[in-house]
Amino acid sequence: MTAETDAQPASVVIVGAGQGGYQTAASLRDHGYRGRVTLISAEDALPYERPPLSKAYLKSDGHAKGEEELWLRPATYYVRQSIDLVGGTVTRIDPAARTVRLGDGSTYDYGHLVLATGARPRTLDVPGAELRGVHTLRTARDAAALRASLAAARCAVVVGAGFIGLEFAAVARESGCAVTVVEALERPLARAVSVRTAEHVTRLHRREGAQLLFGQRVVALHGDRHGGVAAVELADGLRLPADLVLIGVGVAPRTELAAAAGLPVGDGITVDARLLTGDPHISAIGDCAAFPQVRSGKRLRLESVQNAVGHARLVAERLTGAPRAHYDELPWFWSDQYSTTVQIAGHDDGHDTEMVLGDDPDAFSVLLFRGEDLRAVESVNRTGDHLAARRLLDNGGQVRPGDVAAPGFSLKGHLASLGGGTAAAVGRAMS
Amino acid sequence: MPKITYVAVDGTARTVDVPSGTSVMRGAVFNDVDGIVAQCAGNAQCATCHVYVDDTTLDRLEPARPDEDDLLDFTACPRRPGSRLSCQLTVTEALDGLIVHLPERQK
Ligand SMILES: Cc1cc2nc3c(=O)[nH]c(=O)nc-3n(C[C@H](O)[C@H](O)[C@H](O)COP(=O)(O)OP(=O)(O)OC[C@H]3O[C@@H](n4cnc5c(N)ncnc54)[C@H](O)[C@@H]3O)c2cc1C
Ligand code: FES
Repeated sequence: MTAETDAQPASVVIVGAGQGGYQTAASLRDHGYRGRVTLISAEDALPYERPPLSKAYLKSDGHAKGEEELWLRPATYYVRQSIDLVGGTVTRIDPAARTVRLGDGSTYDYGHLVLATGARPRTLDVPGAELRGVHTLRTARDAAALRASLAAARCAVVVGAGFIGLEFAAVARESGCAVTVVEALERPLARAVSVRTAEHVTRLHRREGAQLLFGQRVVALHGDRHGGVAAVELADGLRLPADLVLIGVGVAPRTELAAAAGLPVGDGITVDARLLTGDPHISAIGDCAAFPQVRSGKRLRLESVQNAVGHARLVAERLTGAPRAHYDELPWFWSDQYSTTVQIAGHDDGHDTEMVLGDDPDAFSVLLFRGEDLRAVESVNRTGDHLAARRLLDNGGQVRPGDVAAPGFSLKGHLASLGGGTAAAVGRAMS
Repeated sequence: MPKITYVAVDGTARTVDVPSGTSVMRGAVFNDVDGIVAQCAGNAQCATCHVYVDDTTLDRLEPARPDEDDLLDFTACPRRPGSRLSCQLTVTEALDGLIVHLPERQK
């Protein structure tokens, strides 16, 4: 890579003003970048955060929350930082001319282009999927529509027991709505957490009065006379009454722009360890980017705030002349359901040993090892464990199964015994 | 509306109105006060909304809950007696006049 392509391009254009796009622009300015920064947003809103959309923002307690409560920054910030926020959808990239074209025909030149296009919810390919009252959840607009539906709903069906579906199920139960979750696999969060944590999540939802059906496929949605959804039909013929359906069956990365520009794509836009696509003038970050994980050598595509922010910072550093050799930040994630917090540190790409910390069935951590190697830690209502785990994993996971088996072991204590308990040292793991 | 004062590292202070029911973190973000990152959107996950509550106004606050207390051990700048996570401080009339000092860095 030549210095010219990497450091201080005359202008940076960012496609997508979500978590990653916003952070790229903000970090460029934080690092003193003085060139033009153009942040192009297909959404008719200031950049905002999505995690509350399936949590607090859905609740209509007290006051109806406005979109401004989700903003990452107010409008004045972008003016103050000379970040040009442009509304519109990029329809074409011309890598040879280094321009992007918007739907309205306008074009923007770039020295460097950052694709932060995120992902779109998958839909169900069954009859009735277009009925009124059937929702997906990705944007603030989706959340506002879902909140309005929920206020009038009596029985909701959630298709897919992933994080978004389960978080919505919790909010719906809390607002007094009957809830059934239908999942094709045999447990919730199957791709994200261990069996032990999944079983706890199942118990939690059942205790709160939600019905969870596993190993069940939805074959059709049925409407009433007015075009609103009325029932969900399962493969075994069971019909679940529903006046609200949330489809939470995962997302597909938005790769189409990159593919049309001739860039390599697979499950996500293919990038190298420095988050560059096949074109040295184009990076891709966040939910849309499939990057090689240095520790495992495997290609990963993650959907989390940490990942989008971490990617954005690396790209901003590279473009301002402080390149890192590769992206190697520790993944972490959280989910709130009822008053339970599930936190994940690290990425479990296959473990053979599980060890549990904590005797309380409602507050424990599961340590996942492959051989002697700590891969990930899942914490249920144990924030202290989660934070210590982040620190330990970030330093190469200096915990062995033998340590954990010792009487009186705690992650925090172990961290302190390694001399890593000081706040300054922890800073890196937290960022 | 309760007034909250945010003091930057260089000593510049900004006093803004923050509606009751929102957080001291939101008050900063919404009014474009620099120095609070709030990466996790106020979910008590990231400790990048760390503030030092001024000694003179410290007694107005409820003590930190356990998860906030845990996070305060993991801030980028050292924890001090006035250390709090601004996303966990819900603004009420009782907080009118609160003064918080922003740390040098959040990450
Ligand atoms: C309901 C919900 C709850 C979540 N909860 C959590 C959580 O608790 N914890 C967590 O860590 N993560 C959570 N996430 C995930 C997290 O929000 C995402 O991983 C993160 O937003 C990804 O950032 P991004 O910039 O890659 O994509 P996005 O934030 O999706 O932003 C992409 C933007 O690009 C725009 N765009 C796409 N194509 C174009 C184009 N051609 N032209 C112009 N603009 C375009 C899109 O409209 C969108 O605005 C949640 C997500 C959702 C939807
Ligand atoms: S905003 Fe993340 S802990 Fe306060």
